[in-house]
This record gives sequence, structure tokens and C-alpha cells, in this order.
Amino acid sequence: MGKTTYYVPVGPIHPALKEPIRVEAKVEGEKIVEVDVKRGFAHRGIEYMGMKRNAIQTLYLSERICGICSISHPYAFVIGSEKALGIEAPPRAQYIRTIIGELERIHSHILWLGVIAHEMGFDSLLFWTWKGREKVLDLLELLTGNRINYSVFMIGGVRRDIKESHMKAIRDAINYYRIFTEEMKEIFLSDPVYKARTRGVAQLSKEMALKLNVVGPVARAAGLRVDVRQDNPYDAYADIDVRAIVPQDIIGEARGDAYDITMVRIYEIEQSLDIIEFCLDNMPEGKIMAIPNYVVLLSKIRKTQGEAIGMHEAPRGEVIHYFKYDGKRDGPAVWKVIAPSYNNINTWGPLLLGAEVADIPIVVAYIDPCMCCNDRVAVVRDESGRIIDPTTLHRKAVEKTQKLRKELGVGA
Amino acid sequence: MTPETLAYAFTFPILGIFLGLVYKGIDRRISARLTSRIGPPIRQPFWDVGKLLLKETVVPENAVAGIFNAMPIVAFASSMTLLLYIPFGVLRAPLEGYGDLIVILYLLTLQSLTMAIGGFASGSPFSSIGAQREMVLMMSYEMPLATVIVGFALVYRSFSLTTIATTPVWSLTEPLAAIGILLLFAALLVVTPAELAKLPFDIAEAETEICEGMLAEYSGRNLALFYLSDAVRGFAMAALEVVLFLPFTLDSLINLGLTGWAYYTVEALWFLFKVMVIYLLAITLVRTSFARFRIEQASRIFWIYVNIVALVGLALVWMGV
Repeated sequence: MGKTTYYVPVGPIHPALKEPIRVEAKVEGEKIVEVDVKRGFAHRGIEYMGMKRNAIQTLYLSERICGICSISHPYAFVIGSEKALGIEAPPRAQYIRTIIGELERIHSHILWLGVIAHEMGFDSLLFWTWKGREKVLDLLELLTGNRINYSVFMIGGVRRDIKESHMKAIRDAINYYRIFTEEMKEIFLSDPVYKARTRGVAQLSKEMALKLNVVGPVARAAGLRVDVRQDNPYDAYADIDVRAIVPQDIIGEARGDAYDITMVRIYEIEQSLDIIEFCLDNMPEGKIMAIPNYVVLLSKIRKTQGEAIGMHEAPRGEVIHYFKYDGKRDGPAVWKVIAPSYNNINTWGPLLLGAEVADIPIVVAYIDPCMCCNDRVAVVRDESGRIIDPTTLHRKAVEKTQKLRKELGVGA
Repeated sequence: MTPETLAYAFTFPILGIFLGLVYKGIDRRISARLTSRIGPPIRQPFWDVGKLLLKETVVPENAVAGIFNAMPIVAFASSMTLLLYIPFGVLRAPLEGYGDLIVILYLLTLQSLTMAIGGFASGSPFSSIGAQREMVLMMSYEMPLATVIVGFALVYRSFSLTTIATTPVWSLTEPLAAIGILLLFAALLVVTPAELAKLPFDIAEAETEICEGMLAEYSGRNLALFYLSDAVRGFAMAALEVVLFLPFTLDSLINLGLTGWAYYTVEALWFLFKVMVIYLLAITLVRTSFARFRIEQASRIFWIYVNIVALVGLALVWMGV
């Protein structure tokens, strides 16, 4: 009797996935013998919308690209925009931005640690980590007014100052997380069951990581010393000597598996705490906005011609925004976003091949995929493989709706 | 058919379902409290069953409809029969004369088997993988389970549960054999979550991996029957462990001198309390403090570690008797 092969469709909707993407796996028993990853289910055309609006509206729109780390896209946006427009944010604003960016990294990393625990059925760990995450969300609400979409960045500064009264709350939170990270190290890195489920799973070698061009914690877990804050410092990072955290610094070797990436993320939380503490100690005085009047800012944008690239090390990896201002409109003429998940999802194919079905959720989750960051363009083909142009696609959609209405007997 | 048999046939399933669902509710509540959540009300499992019974039952297009629909009924029937074999505190089991530990072992296995067959019959890849995993898991935990039963047969020279329930095992054994029985108890406690498909051995139903596996295609009434048989089986398994290892009546521990209805009520509550302790220890605590194992890891745990514990226990019992 030959081996029976099954075709396991993971997604677009599946309990292991929080956002739509499709992994088609052919399995023999428990082993995966063929993988195909399909994406493009969450395409919303944000870049196109952004090029129709003015720069400040587009800044808020950029915050909606990612569902969970809402500061990473505006950060790259303001940096790119400022470079293109020739504005520089005041030093105090730069420090505030860095603090908020690092707080965001803490919440995103703790979120991921909970998610990976959930993927292996360790739900009590999920609840425990997410309980710890509440503190930083409360702090962000105190500083910016919102828990998730902060809307606090502005081209040439920030919209809210960090006052003396806030400093104490931040320092309290730092002390809380110093203890919390120690506990997390104890629980995640020494737990035998966690180790059994993650050691050797989703193992990415250094050569593979270079070849697949991965970024962020995934690359660092594989032993590559890459970090935008280290290689290409911006804002307050220029004053701080940020060093990328790699497993070989911590335990002497980098295997690049799900265990190493857990370690990298926990140590990065500690690094973020150090950075926030430095920023609080060395916070310069002064104003927080280079051009406080938005009308003046927009009129300056309308007069400027230029292009630039803004880069930010988001919790998941580097976010790149490309800008071009053509001097005719008060918004970007070209706006192109590259999100870290786009590079990192490439690891799924090689890692899933030969893996077990039980490892699918861990391999899928270990890069911390963000589908709405990722789906920047959608190409639709017809049955014969020809690309359908937008007008035809729109016509087809309308026809289909009319057909459905007729079938269901619903009026127009 | 005597009136007594009829009364048993009606009261035991109702009592069993009620207790099974209440224990499930308590389990969910306590597990929530352990993870700093509030948790659902204890009557939530009743609502769940009620909702499922009202819903439409969908049979997948490429399923073998006959087998697919029959399996939940077989599972439910076997769990109901299982109840009739377990002595409830000082009450004697209704079917005590007609079977023994071996029958109970088969009835427990039958439910896992029905779920696996139902999974295969549903024609879904998730269910098929789940069913394969369930078969592998069954092969792994049956051996320690059988060893425990053989250990009891060695002590009592009998498989009859009535004999076991009336004479506590600890009163028959020498110290050496008592250690052996303790080891068998430990092995049975590890087998319990696997038998009931709970974390860390819910590999066949892994939500994040294969969307509840064998139950992926079940809905409505069919799912309600599986849900009920699962609840009853959880209660029955814990009750079985109480009967085997903690058979002490309250009367034998502290002499209350009660008679008649009061005696039976107090003993029944004491029995329920012991079942609750075992339920919380073997299921709730374990399922809140572990991650799910991979199937080959689970097999290794049972074939090597649990087997060694059970066999050492058996050897001690054999030497001590």
C-alpha cells in the first residue's frame, strides 16, 4: 500500500491565523511534502488612497497599515517625509518619538510571546503575558491618549509632550518590566515543554537567512547582526550606541529556531528598557514641533520637490517608506511602503517543507506575520492566466453583484 | 425487565449527564481563575449543549453519511453504559454482576475509537489527520492502562469492580505492594488527560494545528452527543480512579454513626468531593500548566516513561502480594 497523501488547506481562515493568508500543504502522515503560500487576501489599496490626500491625512492613514504596531509606519513616514522636505524635528521631539517607539516594541514583543504560547496550546502562558502587557498599553494611553492607534507623530515633531508627571509613570513601568522580563526568561527559556516544542523548529541557518533576505528579529535569531537602529541610526538612536541582539552574544551560538527567536525578543525588551531610561535621563528641553501651524506645513509641502527613503526598525523588522514630493500637491506624489513581513514570509516555504503538521502554527507564527502590512499589491489573473486590468475587474465585480441580486431576488 | 432496571436506565444517564456537565463547568471556571480570568458561569456547558441541540446538523458532501451519523450515538451510548458499571460511593453499580474492569477498559476505548472512525468517515483532511493522531495516541496509552488493570488483578485475583470497591486496595497490600499501587496511581493519572483528550495530550483535537481535528466537521446534534459523552467520560474516569485508589468511605474515616438516607447522602457528597479532587488534579491543573506535545513526543512519554513507572509498580505489586 502506498503512502496516503492529504491536502491540508491552512487558511485563508484558520484558528492558527489571525489574519487571512493561505498555506496549502500536502502531507504524508504527519510530514509536509509540498507547500504553497498564497497571499493578497487583505489588500486595501492604502498607498493609492494616500496619494490622493494631503501629507497629514496620509500620515494618519499610514498608521492604519498595521493593525498592531501602529507607530512603526508613521515613524518611517515622518522620517522619510522630513528628509524629503528638509525639515528637522526638534531634539526633544526626537527623544519623545524614540520613547514611544520603544514602548511599542515592548508591547509588540510581549504580544508575540503570548501568541507563540497559544500556538502550542499553552494558553495559561498567553493569559499571563498579555496580563503583563496591559501595563505598557496603559502607559501608552497615558502618554498619547490611545491604546492602539496613537496618532501622536507629526511631520517635524510630535503632537504631545512628555511632562514631568509622566516621567514617574514611565519609570515605574520600567521597574515593573525589569522584573517581568526576568520572570519571562525563567518561564520561557527554562520550561522543558516549551523547549521541547521550539528547539529545532523553524530552524533558519545564517546562509538561508541571507539568501531569503529576512529582517528584524528573524534575521537576528539566525545570527545576522542587522538592525536599522544600529546600521542607520535616526532620532535619539544616533546618541545611543544600539547593538543588535544576537543569540551568539547570549548563549554562544545561533541556531535560528523558534527558541532562539524567543530569546532574542525577550532580551530586546530589556534593551528597549535601557533605551527608554537613557532617553528619560538625557531628554533635551525645547519645543516639540518644528512647524506647529499645519497650514504653513502644508504650504511648505506644496512648494517642495524631493524624494527620500525613511527607515524604522519596527518590532518585526525594518519598515521602509519611499517618498516623492513633486511640488504640485500638498501630499506625496509617490508613496511606497515595504513592510518587514513581506521579506519574512518567504521563510515559510523552505521551513515548512519536511516539517510536521504540528509545527505549522509555530513556523507560521514565529516571524510574527502581519498580513495587512504585507499586502501592498494584488494581481488578479483570469482562467487562462492573463492579468485582468482594473476596469475589467470592476466591471466583472458589478456583473457578479447584479447576478447574485437577481438570483436572491433582492432589489438594487 | 424489572422496575428497578428501568429506574436505573432512566436515572443514571440523567444523573451522569448532569454531573458530567457540572464538573465540566467547574473545571472551566477554575481553569479560568488559575489564569487570572473570570471564566464562564458554571451552567455554561448546559447552555452549550442546549444551543448545539437546537442547531442544524450538517453532513459534509464527501462523508460516509451512515457511519458519520452513527458514531456520535455509539459514543453517547458507550459513555452511558460506562456509568452503569461504576459504583457510586456506597451505592453498588447497577450492572455490577455483568462485567468487570476489562469491560470498562473497552468502553473507555470505544469512545476514542468512535471519534476516530467518525473523523475518518467525515472525509475532511483535518479530521483524517486528527483520527490518525488519535489512533497513535491510543496505541501509546493503552499499554500503561492495561498494566494498571493487571496490577489490580494481581492483588485481588479478580477483575470484578465490586470486589475492588468493597475492599480498599490499601488494606490488602504489604508496604512494598503499596508503593507499587502508588506508582500505578501515578501512571493512571498521567493517562487520564490522554484518555479524555485534554491538554497536554489533546493532540488529536489541536485547535491551532488542525482545527479541532476529528470534530472539525461535526455540528449540531452530532456534536452535542460527542460533547455530552466527553463530559460524562471525564466524570466516569475520575470516578473510576476514586473507586480504584481512594475507596475510603467517610464512615470508615470518622465514625459519624449515620443511618438511612442521611448516610447515603453524606457518603454520596463525600464521593463527589473525592471525584472533584481527582478531576482537578488530573485534568484542570494539568491542562492549565502544560503546552501541547507533538505526537511523537507524547508517544515517547507513554511508551518509555509512563510504561517504566507502571511496570515498576506492577513488579512491586507482584513481589509484595
